[in-house]
Amino acid sequence: MIDFFLVSSLILGLLVFLCLYRGILGPGFLNRIVAINVIGTKIVVILTLMGFIVQRIDMFVDTSLAYALLNFIGTLTAAKYLERKGAI
Amino acid sequence: MIVEILSGLLVVCGLFLFVSGTLGLLRLPDFYCRMHATGKCDTLGALLALTGLAVYNGFSLVSLKIIFIVIFIFLANPTATHAIGRAALINRVLPWTKDSSPASSNVTPEEEAK
Repeated sequence: MIDFFLVSSLILGLLVFLCLYRGILGPGFLNRIVAINVIGTKIVVILTLMGFIVQRIDMFVDTSLAYALLNFIGTLTAAKYLERKGAI
Repeated sequence: MIVEILSGLLVVCGLFLFVSGTLGLLRLPDFYCRMHATGKCDTLGALLALTGLAVYNGFSLVSLKIIFIVIFIFLANPTATHAIGRAALINRVLPWTKDSSPASSNVTPEEEAK
């Protein structure tokens, strides 16, 4: 089961790099925000999988919870900053 | 044994949704189309994958925390997607159409700024 979790986290890491293409080269500011939000959601799942791989899930789940909160707050702050005319 | 099969099945379903969401983010033509792909696929993918991990862990405090992360993502991710889409609509980012003409929007700029 550990090997299965390892392969799953490797696939998710590859997907993070594919999303980073849109995050770096994506035309405009909004595409970058969407890409960073997607990467953050994937990182939460990768962190929880890492907790099962190294068998310290009681420590990693708190980190994962804090990362989910920070991801949401960061995306919402950027969206509220752009919510006025002529910001882009 | 059956717990491992169930959790593996849930994690594989979550991975499939993550892959399809990433394909949509890379290949779809417009900002709104990309947001349409990622906003749903990422929410359901994280929900399924984390639920599978909670099933694998069994009944404990850690599983309760993982279920709390699932509920938080299920509430927060559509909210963030809605906020970005609203910011794009206020800034008049035009949607993509097939014949590359300006989209016939029935919302005037004065009332979409409300």
